[in-house]
Amino acid sequence: MSVLIFAESWDGKFKKSTYEAISYGSEIAKQVGGNVTAVVIGNVSDEDMKSLGKYGAQKVLSVKNDKLNSLNPSAFASAIAQAAQKENAKVVIVSYTYSGRSVAGRVAVKLKGGLVAGATSLPSSTSPFTIRKKCFSGKGLTDVTVSSDVKVIGLTPNSFHINSGSGDASIESFSPTFADTDFNSSSKETKKTSGKIALTEAEIVVSAGRGLKGPENWGMVEQLAELLGAATACSKPVADVGWRPHHEHVGQTGITIGPNLYIAIGISGAIQHLAGVSSSKVMVVINIDKEAPFFKAANYGICGDAFEVVPKLIEEVKKFKSAH
Amino acid sequence: MKILVCIAQVPDTTTKITFTPDKKAFNAQGVQFIINPYDEIALTRALELKESLGGTVTVINVGQANTEPNLRKALAIGADDAIRVNAEPTDAYFVAFQITEVVKKNQYDVILTGKESIDYNGGQVPMMLGELLGIPSVSVATKLDIIGTTATLEREIDGGKEVIESKLPFVAGAQKGMSEPRIPNMRGIMTARTKPLVVVEPSACDLLSSSVRYDLPPAKGECKMIDSNNVGELVNLLHTEAKAI
Repeated sequence: MSVLIFAESWDGKFKKSTYEAISYGSEIAKQVGGNVTAVVIGNVSDEDMKSLGKYGAQKVLSVKNDKLNSLNPSAFASAIAQAAQKENAKVVIVSYTYSGRSVAGRVAVKLKGGLVAGATSLPSSTSPFTIRKKCFSGKGLTDVTVSSDVKVIGLTPNSFHINSGSGDASIESFSPTFADTDFNSSSKETKKTSGKIALTEAEIVVSAGRGLKGPENWGMVEQLAELLGAATACSKPVADVGWRPHHEHVGQTGITIGPNLYIAIGISGAIQHLAGVSSSKVMVVINIDKEAPFFKAANYGICGDAFEVVPKLIEEVKKFKSAH
Repeated sequence: MKILVCIAQVPDTTTKITFTPDKKAFNAQGVQFIINPYDEIALTRALELKESLGGTVTVINVGQANTEPNLRKALAIGADDAIRVNAEPTDAYFVAFQITEVVKKNQYDVILTGKESIDYNGGQVPMMLGELLGIPSVSVATKLDIIGTTATLEREIDGGKEVIESKLPFVAGAQKGMSEPRIPNMRGIMTARTKPLVVVEPSACDLLSSSVRYDLPPAKGECKMIDSNNVGELVNLLHTEAKAI
């Protein structure tokens, strides 16, 4: 019996969410007993793979195959499911990133395991195996009980802390078998949103809405984001009129995020927008309308004109950054 | 080109979500149900593909009889026929399993869903369908084009986009960008009444997971208001109190 974690990598490097998933998996192993094994697919250095020991992995199964240098959901799921069978894993964990979303359901079907897609905390009970997740786009929470022998968990990024200790994981080379049909789709090209922080992984997000009056006024939003090491986002109306690209739209029908800090500028806070950002740990709202519903959901608010407040905030953050 | 679009019925996006007093179910009283917004994007793209490549668009829903008005709406938007699997959709696996049973009998070239439903937000039906049918699956697809027997899709990845080439058949979960949803016109509404809507009974399926309890998110504390002439105080509080910077 063991816990298996898919240790997702990108360009040969692990992500923060990978360390969260391994920390989470080792906590679950304490609850249910058994070893913690990580499966790594792709070319990651031995040193980096060993370092997964710091977060609780005892062993790494390393799958290296030229056909698996970019994400292929079908083949990746085959590899993960075979690793789970080899390790007799009863709990399989993936980060619920875009990549994790692409493999979780396929792994679950292969292992005939019930899936908690988007878990936000440790199991509240292991018998029956019950985990909490968000539902109704963040407007509700639900406890999902998994009744199958194998449990598959997609862990929401930014929802679990990283446990950092010491120790190295052992590395074992693993060669799963693939079916020809695993390669009926393939990646042709990746287009990175250049030099920017991925919105779904960002710890700080600076977001703006119609209150900014036009796309030409986004310079100050980008400047504030850059100073804070933050990703930029926007509200739905702004993406709909084309002021900002759709991939920046956060909300019920856009991207759901849960950063440590969310700064909303000139966004009134419609229920659909709040649904996408309600899991942010700290929310700051800057709005000229003191009746804006967003203030009710925020931790800190400034009622004022964004064109006056934001430049002041940029100066204050500069002062803060030079002092710290 | 035979296209199948999977449709879920969800509470309208403006719904104030509440649960029954025993916390075991969603409180559907007075709630208006709509076609899941992402599924509408999938449906529109399916209709565009049909218009350029020829073929048919079928919509399928796993649900009780109360979903039929929304299936009729999909027919009014332009789908040719509808299938309803007469069962309560208990979890993603159940839904994917039931749709798979229908697909095995009918064979489709393209299967589209929304990237997720806005009620359970799992986003796993397209992936599970892909696995159950042994075909490629693409989650969170923002573009879809088909030339001959090859599809080109663009999907969202963390920090960018990826272009994917896939053989037919395949399944994809639609995200914004793939199409702009259409509003049914009068002619569509009139013809929808006479288009076929077939009801099939569900197949036996293992229950792998179930939602046993629901809660509302914990209420936030009072919002601390800071004077717009004292922005430095915000930076100070974010550092010392919230420990967010």
